[in-house]
Amino acid sequence: MTYDLNLRVWRGDADGGDFASFRVPVEEGEVVLDAIHRLQAEQAPDLAVRWNCKAGKCGSCSAEINGKPRLMCMTRLSSFDPTETITVTPMRTFPVIRDLVTDVSFNFEKAREVPAFAPAGSNAGGQFRMQQVDVERGQEFRKCIECFLCQNTCHVIRDHEENKPAFAGPRFFIRYAELDMHPLDTLDRREMAQEHEGLGYCNITKCCTEVCPESIKITDNGIIPLKERVVDTKYDPVFLGLKIGRRKDRRKVGPAGGNGPSPIKRPARATTPVGVAAATAVASTPTRSESDSPAPTGSPATTRIVPAPTAAPQSSGSSGGGPTAAAMSAAGSAVSAAGSAVSKVGTAATSDTAKTALPAVGAAAGVGFLAWAIRKSRRR
Amino acid sequence: MADTETHDYDVVVVGAGGSGLRAAIAAHEAGARTAIVCKSLLGKAHTVMAEGGIAAAMANVWPEDNWQVHFRDTMRGGKMLNNWRMAQLHAQEAPERVWELEEWGALFDRTPEGKISQRDFGGHRYARLAHVGDRTGLEMIRTLQQRAVDLGIDVFMECTITRLLKDGSAGGNGRVAGAFAYWRETGTFLTFRAPAVVLATGGIGKSFTVTSNSWEYTGDGHAMALWAGASLINMEFVQFHPTGMVWPPSVKGILITESVRGEGGVLRNSEGKRFMFDYIPEFFKAETADNEAEADAWYADHKNNRRPPELLPRDEVARAINSEIKAGRGSPHGGVFLDIATRRTPEDIQRRLPSMYHQFKELGDVDITKEPMEVAPTCHYVMGGVEVDADTQASVVPGLYAVGEVSGGMHGSNRLGGNSLGDLLVFGKRAGEHAAEYVAGLSARPAVAAADVDAAEQEALEPFGRPSGENPYAVMKDLQEHMQSLVGIIRRGDELEQALKEIDRLKERAAHASVQGSGRNYNPGWHTALDLRSMLTVSECIAKSALERTESRGGHTRDDYPATDPEWGKVNLVLTERRGALKLERKPLPQMPDELKELFEEGH
Repeated sequence: MTYDLNLRVWRGDADGGDFASFRVPVEEGEVVLDAIHRLQAEQAPDLAVRWNCKAGKCGSCSAEINGKPRLMCMTRLSSFDPTETITVTPMRTFPVIRDLVTDVSFNFEKAREVPAFAPAGSNAGGQFRMQQVDVERGQEFRKCIECFLCQNTCHVIRDHEENKPAFAGPRFFIRYAELDMHPLDTLDRREMAQEHEGLGYCNITKCCTEVCPESIKITDNGIIPLKERVVDTKYDPVFLGLKIGRRKDRRKVGPAGGNGPSPIKRPARATTPVGVAAATAVASTPTRSESDSPAPTGSPATTRIVPAPTAAPQSSGSSGGGPTAAAMSAAGSAVSAAGSAVSKVGTAATSDTAKTALPAVGAAAGVGFLAWAIRKSRRR
Repeated sequence: MADTETHDYDVVVVGAGGSGLRAAIAAHEAGARTAIVCKSLLGKAHTVMAEGGIAAAMANVWPEDNWQVHFRDTMRGGKMLNNWRMAQLHAQEAPERVWELEEWGALFDRTPEGKISQRDFGGHRYARLAHVGDRTGLEMIRTLQQRAVDLGIDVFMECTITRLLKDGSAGGNGRVAGAFAYWRETGTFLTFRAPAVVLATGGIGKSFTVTSNSWEYTGDGHAMALWAGASLINMEFVQFHPTGMVWPPSVKGILITESVRGEGGVLRNSEGKRFMFDYIPEFFKAETADNEAEADAWYADHKNNRRPPELLPRDEVARAINSEIKAGRGSPHGGVFLDIATRRTPEDIQRRLPSMYHQFKELGDVDITKEPMEVAPTCHYVMGGVEVDADTQASVVPGLYAVGEVSGGMHGSNRLGGNSLGDLLVFGKRAGEHAAEYVAGLSARPAVAAADVDAAEQEALEPFGRPSGENPYAVMKDLQEHMQSLVGIIRRGDELEQALKEIDRLKERAAHASVQGSGRNYNPGWHTALDLRSMLTVSECIAKSALERTESRGGHTRDDYPATDPEWGKVNLVLTERRGALKLERKPLPQMPDELKELFEEGH
């Protein structure tokens, strides 16, 4: 079946922009990225879009489709009504470079902060031995294609530019979890994750898990166990004579930034957009209207407390607001109110984990919770 | 040159896939100031698409395996046209390179003893591929990426090199002096001043319509090396992977890993017949099962049974599928059926082939634990590439190195599955080390000529100066269609001649392609106009070499010369360029020493 798709695409750059509407011929079996490509090839050759594999393996074509963070290559047109208008906007949490392309260097800076895997000895000749069951936990997190949709969705930094320096985000929490679960690693990054990477900011609303195209259980299998492991180190109830979760075999490392500056180079900033004499003379820069703004304005100090719903209008056919927006508005105020207190104490984490975790780990967390309660009462 | 940044390095690595990252790590560790320059974001390179595994004779599953057997398999798979020394080094060093990845944090699947698990693949005598489900490439690139970032190697990402720069000084001896690039984000220019450049740019698959390759595979490294005076070998050998998706149209060409067959999947035609038994070539008869019972028994007992014909090298399987479709025994959407559903339990399929399950479920609405997949050949890999020294990966241009898919020789006329990831690691390390060593040995640094930088900048801006020209996307689409229909899996002399004529016409059109829309910042129309230069160059190289080689061998099948000619088995086709004209020469293959020759005579 061939039909003309109504496509609405945000176009602009760091200085502003607006939606442009197009009618794009599409065919049965196509995905949103096909429509974007056809639009680019036939109507808008300078439409900026990032993509590589077109098979859901590289994580380049992240965007927000009708307000939902998705990979464009994995969003089939058949999931929409042919009469429906599909709106595509860039990821909101990162500054716009142009059109659908955002500056995701935040993620590469956070990647640099992770202390690397450090095995005890050399593997020359293949001496390492690990059991499948032990590597499988880490393997789940290593499925990550670094699409950064989880980062984009996380309400701690979506519309909260000011949290970015202190918060690594779900993608890197599963990296810390992966390393902590690695059978042969010798470093202890738990305190670092908590104190310097903002693990405590996460109040496990699971928005990240919902948008993960690899279906990684980011919260349940990564963040919550990591929070439990942090609790084990911080609130070990020595007075009970228990050494739950203590690991003498690992060396504590941190804090963030110990690795030095990010080696990722960026273009030397031009004060004005670089144009070509003839071509740019006619280029107009549309200003972005407040209501249509789908992305951070570039000014670092965003003061809004309640996250604005995604700018892209919800189509009539899809469920209003989407899971992320709904969860965000619920969680947003909690984070804003608790602020740094959440990061220091981790209340949400300990109380919630006790319910959900596996029995053994749950017991550990329970003891941790007890320790926390005692401390709290002492402080009072 | 007002907006041109200049950067000084010892070694500039172009490309951040497996080979580029491994080369950069090696150069850095050898003490060279090293930069990685890549067209996409770090970690998105084509290596992530590699699914099956890394072939390395670690003998974790089959103690009988060793580098000699791997070497022999590689040479036979390439129809003996491989550079023997590269095949030898690869087989010898691949295990250490895999173990090294594990030391850097890679989590491979395990054997019950806790060693790295190894799986079966086409053309490999023993289960030899270290793997992580069916996302081995992702594991490899993430491991190398994390290692490179941890070492603090400078990365220029979304930055495209358009020209290599040569030493302009007297006595410069035509050596490399650096490279010219633009930032995709801003459209501003960069000049890298570096005595050594390692090309790790991957392949050429974007020149075809049905391809498993991404937009990045425009043959930049092949073309830039040629323009800089290096030679290309064996460009006629293009691998069409037997199993690409055919339906729905949006995913046409996307790869289905050979592991599906390695894990027991079989190919059937519309009549339900397991047709590969009809296509066993003489060359592989002795080691291939001729009946279903023996083929099925092989999975559990390699010693007493011969391997299933589904696991013949890729060129053989691709041709067989092509023949079945042509004979009218294809599937509804023009492929054949790849069946794993009736062969393995749903649990096994989901555990061993998770990303294939996901890919079909999400994109094709097909549950591969219940239904067969529809598959057809897709352009996947180019065996040809920059002619390099086997031990150092140095091209004939001093200071210019090539590694991975952009280099030639290692895989002969056909690459075995699993040998590409090993190739990236083994020769990535070698290239990085030797580039660093070359720079350390220089008495004076080469000088970039300002005139060359100006010329490169002008060339890059040309498409903006043609306000009324043609849409570059249209030119690219036509090139892909001509290459697909005229220089595809089955070739003919008259069609190849026609292709060369078409390429000439397309060159004319590309020279008039213009950029529409505003500005240089992240303007894909402009990027496409620039990519066309290298795409046309490599397409011409392929067509010209394919016309010259009047035989069928590996990834080059001539309808008008269907036989493999022993005389052609003694030479490489070597391409060079002078003033825009390609020159084609026959060059004898390097001679294998006697002790290696014996491996083939003993009937191993």
